[in-house]
Amino acid sequence: MKQTLYDKLWDHHLVKQWKDGTALIYIDRHLLHEVTSPQAFAGLREENRLPRRPQANVATVDHAIPTTRSERSAGIVGIGDDDARLQVQTLDEYCHYFDIRQYGIQHAWQGIVHVIGPELGLTLPGMTVVCGDSHTTTHGAFSSLAHGIGTSEVEHVLATQCLVRKKMKNMQVVITGQLPKHVSAKDVVLALISQIGNAGGQGHAIEFAGNVVSELSIEGRMTLCNMAIEAGARVGLVAVDDRTVDYFHNRPFAPSGEYWHRAERYWRSLTSDTDAYFDKVYSMDVSEMEPQVSWGTSPDMVVPISGKIPDPQAQSDAGVRSAMEQALTYMDLVPGTSISDIALDRIFIGSCTNARIEDLRAAAAILKGKRIAKSLKQALVVPGSQQVKRQAEKEALDQIFIAAGMEWREPGCSMCLAMNADKLENGERCASTSNRNFEGRQGYGGRTHLVSPAMAAAAAVAGHFVDCRFIAPEVAH
Amino acid sequence: MEKFVCHCGIVAPVDQVDVNTDVIIPKQFLKSIYRTGYGENLFDSLRYLDEGVLGQGAKNRAINKEFPLNFPRYADASILLTQRNFGCGSSREHAVWALRDYGFRALIAPRFADIFASNCVKNGVLAVELPETTVKKLFEALYRQPNYQLTIDLQTCRITSDDGINIVFTMDPSIRERLLHGWDDIAVTLQEADAIHQFELQQQKKYPWLWSPLKGQSR
Ligand code: SF4
Repeated sequence: MKQTLYDKLWDHHLVKQWKDGTALIYIDRHLLHEVTSPQAFAGLREENRLPRRPQANVATVDHAIPTTRSERSAGIVGIGDDDARLQVQTLDEYCHYFDIRQYGIQHAWQGIVHVIGPELGLTLPGMTVVCGDSHTTTHGAFSSLAHGIGTSEVEHVLATQCLVRKKMKNMQVVITGQLPKHVSAKDVVLALISQIGNAGGQGHAIEFAGNVVSELSIEGRMTLCNMAIEAGARVGLVAVDDRTVDYFHNRPFAPSGEYWHRAERYWRSLTSDTDAYFDKVYSMDVSEMEPQVSWGTSPDMVVPISGKIPDPQAQSDAGVRSAMEQALTYMDLVPGTSISDIALDRIFIGSCTNARIEDLRAAAAILKGKRIAKSLKQALVVPGSQQVKRQAEKEALDQIFIAAGMEWREPGCSMCLAMNADKLENGERCASTSNRNFEGRQGYGGRTHLVSPAMAAAAAVAGHFVDCRFIAPEVAH
Repeated sequence: MEKFVCHCGIVAPVDQVDVNTDVIIPKQFLKSIYRTGYGENLFDSLRYLDEGVLGQGAKNRAINKEFPLNFPRYADASILLTQRNFGCGSSREHAVWALRDYGFRALIAPRFADIFASNCVKNGVLAVELPETTVKKLFEALYRQPNYQLTIDLQTCRITSDDGINIVFTMDPSIRERLLHGWDDIAVTLQEADAIHQFELQQQKKYPWLWSPLKGQSR
């Protein structure tokens, strides 16, 4: 039988299959953070249960922690917000109690779960990975079968090292053509979601394929897979190739010596067989693609930078029409407005979608030697992890941001979900490299436009949206 | 987990597509470390006109009188009727905890988002998917009659009402079983401890690098 990559990963982790289709899947790596795990740990303790395999779990703090140096330098006690401090404290206590490895608030490897997993080699090709966070899809970029789960499932995985699942269908998204310069993986995935819709991948594991995907870096592939969930797919995948193998060379927890060779041999088998069957196939050519900007309150409400705000009246589906109208009201936008006429209050460069070193480099390339617009209230750059932060500082990218008038912060989720002090005020508008533009996501009444790092940087310079290619210096890459 | 066998209750509408979990329970309430206490903040940004803060309670807050859950006739609602793709977005189980806490035992929509649907099962909340046209009819019936009630019987997979509604719905058999018995998923899986152990032994042989201890300092 010809198998897809998803079929293979599934089979390799099948502990038990019931007749009704339910299966028990073994989990190799479980990532935890402070927001969706305390209740799971509490449940475990109430039932007098222990984690089945403490070594398979790794925790860090990212969602609720502050990102200012002053608050962070004092560790847990330095967290000003009582509730956030309690969460971080609770995670710390449970990790201690259950003997679970944690990269805590002051650890040199702390960062957003989905950034530190791959960069430390904690998540590897061929692993099953879960985390109480929907963007766990990220880890599929190097052929790990990665699911976002709820808190009850977090508890279940802790106690049993397994997940109860039904197999999903296979979907292939084939991305071909020549990606124009300064148009990035983020633009591709935003355009894709706008085409297939926010439920276009529901019930499916999406495998991204095609020459454009092969040519993307692992970081770019992570951006693609990260946002698979915004198309409703619980799993996003990219097959293993040379780039994947190279990426894991010398990562702290990647195998070494004899194990490296065995692992590499196995990893290289992680591709879909030629002619494997996909229930759905979607193809897109990106040669003409422009940078993309979301205009509404759902990640499928996206237009190219040269576009205009769409008119709900042109929609035949009543549900879509009313959702669009509601989005326009919330976003305070009128149909026909040019995207480049939208002025901004804040800029956010960060999140598990776009806060890896490559993203910071792309933003810095645009910002070098420039100042951000005076009309902006704030422009935040929040690296995805301590390692990314150190690397960026080594390359003096932080100096570029600071010289431009931006704030260089400590790693965390920050304004992606605004659980800490980094948030939009009521009515403010933000160009953000994160993944969700839902109402209130970045702060009560705040308005989010999703863009790539280069587009966020360009918007910072102009104070409104502008095609980053007009601002980019034509340096030879 | 609480069982779901049969439930009769008042139906309330949230007539919107793509209601995401950030809307069901906004992030400021995710700072709680408990599983309960979210009911007052369910749909917080829709139910109230001001910004909610964790632990502040509903008193002294500006109520959005136009939001259906604030209509007196839906005060005792325990069934939520809504539109497609309900529960999309973040995996936060807090969304289901909030619905449950508020008093909802069952939800009806043309389609639920995946992670949200699994979270419902874990909390004894029944999420019934019906064709768009059927959901539309239910909305019409609900808007016609105050205190519109439905009976949802999971044993027969049937929804009935006094006004002659009689709908058969489909439900994944394994989910149905779990809900009918109110099983504790973990206890069920732990019965397979042998199979899990066998799998682990096999994996240690085939993929030994996955079993190398994590070295280096943590915390
Ligand atoms: S950066 Fe945003 S999307 Fe990513 S894990 Fe943090 S909160 Fe979730």
